[in-house]
Amino acid sequence: MRATDTIRNGEDREPAFGFWRRSYAMLVKEFIQLRRDRVSFAMIIMLPVMQLTLFGYAINTTPRNLPTAVLTQEDTDLGRSILKAMENTAYFHFVREVHTVEQFDELLQSGKVLFGVEIPRGFERAVRRGDRPALLVAADATDPTAAGSALGALGPLVQTALAHDLHVGDPPDMPFEIRAHARYNPAADSRLNIVPGLVGTILTMTMLIFTALSVTREIERGTMESLLSMPIKPVEVMFGKIIPYVLVGFIQATLIIAIGILLFGVPVLGSLTLLALLTTLFITTNLSIGYTFSTIVQNQLQAMQLSMMFFLPSILLSGFMFPFAGMPVWAQYIGEGLPLTHFVRIVRAIMLKGAAMPNLQYDTIALAALMLFAMTVAVTRFRRTLD
Amino acid sequence: MNGGPTSAQPDGSRIAIDVKGLTKSFGGREVVHDLSMQVKRGSIYGFLGPNGSGKTTTIRILCGLLTPDSGEGTCLGYDIRRDADKIKRKVGYMTQRFSLYQDLSVRENLEFVARLYGMPDARGAAADMIARIGLKGREEQLAANLSGGWKQRLALGACTLPNPQLLLLDEPTAGVDPKARRDFWNEIHALAAEGLTVLVSTHYMDEAERCHEIAYIAYGHLLAHGTVDEVIAASALSTWTVTGEDFNGLMAELTNKPGVDMVAPFGTSLHVSGRDKAALEAAIAPYRDDSKWHWQPSEPSLEDVFIDLMGRSKDNFQG
Repeated sequence: MRATDTIRNGEDREPAFGFWRRSYAMLVKEFIQLRRDRVSFAMIIMLPVMQLTLFGYAINTTPRNLPTAVLTQEDTDLGRSILKAMENTAYFHFVREVHTVEQFDELLQSGKVLFGVEIPRGFERAVRRGDRPALLVAADATDPTAAGSALGALGPLVQTALAHDLHVGDPPDMPFEIRAHARYNPAADSRLNIVPGLVGTILTMTMLIFTALSVTREIERGTMESLLSMPIKPVEVMFGKIIPYVLVGFIQATLIIAIGILLFGVPVLGSLTLLALLTTLFITTNLSIGYTFSTIVQNQLQAMQLSMMFFLPSILLSGFMFPFAGMPVWAQYIGEGLPLTHFVRIVRAIMLKGAAMPNLQYDTIALAALMLFAMTVAVTRFRRTLD
Repeated sequence: MNGGPTSAQPDGSRIAIDVKGLTKSFGGREVVHDLSMQVKRGSIYGFLGPNGSGKTTTIRILCGLLTPDSGEGTCLGYDIRRDADKIKRKVGYMTQRFSLYQDLSVRENLEFVARLYGMPDARGAAADMIARIGLKGREEQLAANLSGGWKQRLALGACTLPNPQLLLLDEPTAGVDPKARRDFWNEIHALAAEGLTVLVSTHYMDEAERCHEIAYIAYGHLLAHGTVDEVIAASALSTWTVTGEDFNGLMAELTNKPGVDMVAPFGTSLHVSGRDKAALEAAIAPYRDDSKWHWQPSEPSLEDVFIDLMGRSKDNFQG
């Protein structure tokens, strides 16, 4: 209503509190719609409660009980005492004992352990002689946060613990030397760790959204009715919707890795072909999961919410942001179910440690399994009728 | 176009649609009730009924988009429950709401359909269809930017593209101007002449009269079917047409008289109808001598019959 009309015609006067009434009308309508959308309503409650309890308990920036391997070249009381002392610090948890250097290196490279302790041959004798031999502790420093606090605690704590055992005097009198060796990222440059992880995080977010909206978009735009009346099968719809984005994701991944190399100086020690191959697998896995979401939800808003609900744990529980080994076991199980967890391991291993396929078998199989699982759910969930 | 009435079919039958006892409920409400119908090959079958009468639901059951709660039947000789995939290959379904891709061009939409049906030369088939539906020069226009009439042509083109044997058209002419409607019906008759069977739902009476056979459905019940003449004859409705001036008073007085079931103005005339001929005549007798009006016995129109059917079905199924 224009002002001139208002003046000329008294009945057309703006009603009292018009602004508030109209805002109120809109507000009531929005509440009604919100209440009708059960899933969104549930997510409003679920999202904060679930995420907070999940992450609050799971995330630990000073991780303990980190998986550690031991390379023992002699079996002596002193060696056992030292290992015991290390385990008593609660930072290290000995999971494997190996006898060759090759096995020792493989465990570190594949990421099965974060630390390796080497007790060299003739260690005890050298201590007795007063030669101050070196005890080698190798750390996988691709993630400086995970390795840092344990390495920092190593010297003083072990010395204190041993002091009692060996009846030696003050720490300066330690009969041997602990030589810590940070492998792969010796300067503890966190960018070297973050950039490969970001490849996976960015891909997770973009890929998930692409396909999460795809089926609901067809339903909301009414095109689904036409599509379903034509002779096309659920698997065909799925492949048709996923494959274009594999290419999109591949371009995106290339871009991120190129920027990582050129701007941040992140090395690619391993094979680029292997990296491209496994990145494609990871992209496809995420697209499949997004597509699965799309077949479960009813509208695009729900699709976005579900994607967010998947994305947050992916960032926080995958080992990208916080040390995976530092999480409680139950949270690690959740992490194993997220594609990003496996990809972060793969991409760090290939780029920073120069890992090859044999080191990455487990994570590759896990990614493929997650992809097939998502695809199966999507195909069975896809409704072929409008019932 | 292939699939003429005499072409070999799984059962070699001359019946395109043959269903019995179809029932479908949504959330406890029965939308289609015990519906049986037969549609001959090569005929145009009109499906009439008020909004929410179950027309769309029936059509969706026929093309496999919905599963009936009970009932059985065949569509082009294929079982509607088991052979939905085969039915989809041979049936073109035009949805009530435009359901092609708004963000694809005319050509891209048609090529998509052609590829989806595995036609050997998708580009060629699409180009031919563009010429046939008169969209030449608009091939590259996005579907979203087409007017209602053009959208409807595109939709018809898309569902006839894979050479179906049966077309299911759900209110194809809703919201389309009279000229476009007429062109559309000419096209449908041309397709039927080529042997295509067409089931078309509509609200328009003039369109019903363009069909070979019609069926009237209300509240999920099939109330009448046959040719237009058969449906009118079966209604047993008697109608008088009144011409003259000042109907308003007359209408009000007649509406509640026993024997008068329906009073409807048609421009300068008034249709007064009743199911009982004698009672109707008794009711109008006092007005027939008034010089203001001229009374003449006439045939009820299809609309009279349908409105009467609707009124009766309301009493039966909603009361």
